[in-house]
Amino acid sequence: MIEHLDLTMVNWARAQFALTALYHWIFVPLTLGITWIIAYYHSIYYKTGNEEWKRLTRFWMRLFAVNFAIGVATGIILEFEFGTNWSNYSWMVGDIFGAPLAIEGLFAFFIEATFFAVMFFGWDRVSRRFHLFSTWMVAVGTNLSAVWILVANAWMQHPVGQQFNPDKARFEMTNFKEVVFSPVSVSKFTHTTSSSMVLAAMFIISISSWYLLKGRHQVMARRSIVVASVFAFLASVFVIFTGDQSAYAVAQKQPMKLAACEGLCRGEEGAELIAFGIFNGDKKIGDDNKPCVFKVGIPKVLSFLANRSFKSFVPGVKDMVFGNPAQGVMGAGEKIAMGKKALAALADYKAKSRAGDDVGAEAALAIFEANQKYLGYGYLEKPEDAAPPIALSFYSFHFMVILGTLFPLVALAFLVFAWRDTLADHKWLLRLGTIMFFLSMIAHWLGWIVAEVGRQPWAIQDLLPVTVARSNLTAGTVQTTFFLFLALFTILLIAEVGIMLKQIAIGPEEG
Amino acid sequence: MIGNLEYSTLQGLWWLLCSVVGAVFLFLNFVQGGQSLLWTVARTGEEKSLIINSLGLKWELTFTSLVVFGGALFAAFPKFYATSFGGAYWVWIIILFTFIVQAVSYEFRNKPRNLLGEKGYELFLLINGTLGILLIGAAVGTFYTGSNFQLSQYNLVTWTSPLRGLEAAFNVFNVFMGVFLVFNARTLGAMYLLNNVDCTGMPELEKRLRNAAMTNFLISLPFLLYVLVSLLLMKGFEVQEAGSVAMVSHKYLANLLANPILLVLLLAGLVLVIWGVWKSARSDSTRGIWFGGAGTVLVGLVVLLLPAFNNTPFYPSKVDLASSLTIHNASSSKFTLTVMTYVALFIPLILAYIAYVWRAMAGRRINLDDVNNEEAY
Ligand code: HDD
Ligand code: HEM
Ligand code: HEM
Repeated sequence: MIEHLDLTMVNWARAQFALTALYHWIFVPLTLGITWIIAYYHSIYYKTGNEEWKRLTRFWMRLFAVNFAIGVATGIILEFEFGTNWSNYSWMVGDIFGAPLAIEGLFAFFIEATFFAVMFFGWDRVSRRFHLFSTWMVAVGTNLSAVWILVANAWMQHPVGQQFNPDKARFEMTNFKEVVFSPVSVSKFTHTTSSSMVLAAMFIISISSWYLLKGRHQVMARRSIVVASVFAFLASVFVIFTGDQSAYAVAQKQPMKLAACEGLCRGEEGAELIAFGIFNGDKKIGDDNKPCVFKVGIPKVLSFLANRSFKSFVPGVKDMVFGNPAQGVMGAGEKIAMGKKALAALADYKAKSRAGDDVGAEAALAIFEANQKYLGYGYLEKPEDAAPPIALSFYSFHFMVILGTLFPLVALAFLVFAWRDTLADHKWLLRLGTIMFFLSMIAHWLGWIVAEVGRQPWAIQDLLPVTVARSNLTAGTVQTTFFLFLALFTILLIAEVGIMLKQIAIGPEEG
Repeated sequence: MIGNLEYSTLQGLWWLLCSVVGAVFLFLNFVQGGQSLLWTVARTGEEKSLIINSLGLKWELTFTSLVVFGGALFAAFPKFYATSFGGAYWVWIIILFTFIVQAVSYEFRNKPRNLLGEKGYELFLLINGTLGILLIGAAVGTFYTGSNFQLSQYNLVTWTSPLRGLEAAFNVFNVFMGVFLVFNARTLGAMYLLNNVDCTGMPELEKRLRNAAMTNFLISLPFLLYVLVSLLLMKGFEVQEAGSVAMVSHKYLANLLANPILLVLLLAGLVLVIWGVWKSARSDSTRGIWFGGAGTVLVGLVVLLLPAFNNTPFYPSKVDLASSLTIHNASSSKFTLTVMTYVALFIPLILAYIAYVWRAMAGRRINLDDVNNEEAY
């Protein structure tokens, strides 16, 4: 029904979305995590009345505020980008996708906006108790915004609670609860918030380690680390658990993504999990090359991870592209045929309804309904189009997991030495500590690449490919805004980093 | 109860709710007005800091209303969201740009090593306060003057002007609407600052603010009158019995007469604004903002409601009348609107805590101590 015209436009629009999302994601996870830690510091101050804790709380608040502003600035672009660059998408799924975005604004952003001012300026304007309450509300508000936006994102990965309306040619919501509590949205939320906690704790550890190495603000740095390393340790253990939940959800709902992440070309029973591997660049889907030129695998674990059974069959990319009848896996070719039937029947239904041919329309509708499950496949040209970029998914996933196993160990080391107060004797750990923030940032980005690149070619899994989701713009227009955003965000990022470094160099006010 | 509402009632209700958010946003534009006043009413660095710190307590609220306005339109009228943002691309992108640069300016302006210097961020605030509001006004103007789009049978947009929405800024009515909003925002900005900044010991600043309220109001007046008179005289878009759209004379006048409540709201709004300005400029009251603000909300409501009801398409297409959007053909499904209406029941709670916090924080007005404080902007 929609001819996909300008492929270069689609690619620029994707690049622009990736750019703005990745910039947003520099600031967002820090906000999500550090607000809890700041609230905790603030609570200690509230209980003890010790001015040192107040200075410490204010110091981290100040860094947070600098970060918060630019998170907000990048967020508004994302919100409207669905309309500007993906207007077909906005029309076709707006009925479902718009609701969480609106709810997010109403419930979460107003809480943030309102209590942020109190948290920041309330020191001697409101009562101590209300001030502490406000600090906690900022943490609640930011994490509520994560709930709703992740519900929206999860719905794109696993579109439940909806139905296609052939008269309007769009998808409509039929069950709000299913949308909100889909297993994908639950695992996304727990994984994202816990990994954000890791990142924020690592941020504090990095800066405090630097102070300790330089011999500055030692008391504050040590106190900050004690709390942050407890947070980092608990959260990073939890991240592994929620990461496993996410992978299970992916295996169940988006098996193609899982196969790409694992570089699993041909499905297996009792499939092994690759702990580390080097992907074979010459490999094409369906040829006989080995997917990995080198790998370290753990037998049968992938099957367990995907289906909670060591013997089970995990389909590979090739099975899902070309079909594997022995295992009951339908190929993309067959789905494309069904999708094309559905699209043709829809056009037929529209034409007959307009001509007043009710009987003919009814018949067309029946054909449509029998084939609509694979509607989106109708837009694909060949079965191979149904697979995402495998190497990128594979490396992103594996590096994220490697980092994810490293974090609890580092956090534990900090916890132990901070507890014994011997951090100063372990310069190697402090040096490692200074880069932990950057490593967590990388893990976050890799996570989103897994999630978003892994679901290609779909904007909405199985229903709407990105080529159809786009707006009717020329490639040149989107290219122009891409570079405008790139320039603007880069300038703002440089400004923010400059300010941050200066604030860190200044340190907390000495009292 | 909500489950039993008619589909068309829900559609009307949601246009009303979106309009309320939009109208409140126009009131909260006092932040933008204050930003553009910065260059005329503040003479010393200290005065500038006072103003920025006072606006700094509120900018996020304005920004969030804009985000919520967008989100509510997306959820309730996705076809409008898709058509307007995907079609009038450049207008919206430029508006968004002015809000991106605003968002960082408060936090970055006075920090050491901030790359662009104080002046750079103040320029950002000015751009947001003038160009940003002007273009928003022009976009609102197109609710009356129409846009250049065509929808396919699958509702996909084709925009027929290569300017992609910027052409709206070349229509006198739209531009006057925009200019009016800019000066109205400045009027509100002056009144807000009078209320929020502690001017003891700075009679000069106070005087300049009081004068600014009056001057900017007087400048806005001719633009407002032009807009209002044109509204009453202009041809408008109408949905006919058979569902087709046609141009008819005095359409918006007819709408106003068909809905006398709107007429009352409009007059009450204008009176309140004038009263607020008068109090600010001619007495030593600091409460003008409440009247000016309430008046702006009422006028804004009328401007947004007038083109949507009484068989009027709120987002008409000039080039293809049949493509025009009405609140009925552009809305979400009944199910979605019902769910969203349950959500909307929480709005009073949200307003209540915002009001509570606002009062708690405004218990003391912004003074020089605040400006010299660690956290100051
Ligand atoms: C500190 C950051 C961090 C760390 C250490 C990990 N993750 Fe992660 N991961 C994220 C940060 C992240 C993220 C950025 O938050 C993502 C992107 C989308 C999402 O829901 O969370 C994500 C996504 C994501 C997905 C994709 C979900 C989807 O597509 O819906 C999977 C399968 C995993 N993760 C699995 C893991 C596993 C098994 C880990 C083992 C230790 C792990 N992650 C550590
Ligand atoms: C919940 C919020 C998010 C939603 C709803 C969302 C949705 C989308 C959409 C609509 C696209 C364009 C279509 C496509 O190319 O798939 C996209 C692409 C992309 N997004 Fe997300 N996204 C979200 C968050 C993020 C974040 C935070 C990041 C990164 C930090 C990210 C990374 C990307 C990347 C890298 C692409 C391009 C992938 C590709 O086109 O191959 N996304 N996303
Ligand atoms: C495409 C997806 C996204 C859109 C459209 C979006 C939209 C926005 C908008 C409009 C703001 C500014 C809000 C304000 O006025 O205060 C914002 C900020 C924020 N967003 Fe996003 N967002 C997206 C992705 C995400 C994701 C995936 C998360 C978390 C899981 C998230 C969490 C936040 C948080 C915590 C803030 C607060 C400000 C900050 O970043 O420090 N956002 N977002």
